[in-house]
Amino acid sequence: MSALKKIIYNCRQATLLLDKREFVKLTFREAIELRIHLYKCGVCKLYGQQTHIINSMVVHLFENQEYRLDDSFKRELQARIDEELNKK
Amino acid sequence: MDADIIATDPRRWVGTYADYLYAFARKRIDDDELVKDLVQETFLAALQKVKSFEGKSSERTWLTAILKNKIIDVYRKKSSVIVSSDIVNAEREQKDFFGEDGHWNKEHRPVAFGIEGHQNLENKEFNKILKQCMQKLPTLWLAVFTMKHIDDESSETICAELKVSSSNFWVIIHRTKLNLRACLQKNWI
Repeated sequence: MSALKKIIYNCRQATLLLDKREFVKLTFREAIELRIHLYKCGVCKLYGQQTHIINSMVVHLFENQEYRLDDSFKRELQARIDEELNKK
Repeated sequence: MDADIIATDPRRWVGTYADYLYAFARKRIDDDELVKDLVQETFLAALQKVKSFEGKSSERTWLTAILKNKIIDVYRKKSSVIVSSDIVNAEREQKDFFGEDGHWNKEHRPVAFGIEGHQNLENKEFNKILKQCMQKLPTLWLAVFTMKHIDDESSETICAELKVSSSNFWVIIHRTKLNLRACLQKNWI
């Protein structure tokens, strides 16, 4: 099977390219092959949408999570640092 | 402005930077106790080399860089210890996603989440499931995925820091995504 035919019929390869495309520009060849595959394959098209949404949700999740240290830990930390400084 | 005159005052570090550093590490490592240790180690390590702080970068940048190295050490250590078992399991999970011919197998085919069109970033229930699904990922995969997404690091940097070959890098990103997506489909719909 030629390389081109391979991708046209291969969802495994197409989904890899979809994941890669989220971060880097595909080579000309990869882009063409993917486009041909997606033209035929609605399932991978949906995968492409979902992989993109998941990325933005992950970034959003990371950015919007708020974490604060509890005060008792901070007091211990401060004491530890003061102790080190007083040694000097 | 002469950068050299910026002095650093370790007695003010905790009040000024502890929460920031804690949040920075906590987003990258899902283990509260471990993260607290890292924050403490960061301050102590910084104290040791406080003389080398020249005010070329801000105090916060300097402390964050120390912390970041510690985080990468954790990633490395964790992924080298349990590299085999958790990755083998995760790969087994996706073995049946595609058939011999490379097509999706029917039962693993993506189906719509119902949130595709409009980005539903604030959907609490979905975010909760997303978090749980991420926790199930192999350590190395999650480390690669996290570095790529929160820090937007270049692939080369991630490969070098986590000792992953560049050919393996996209495979890891892809496999992470396959499992994450499948987990969302299973638990969301």
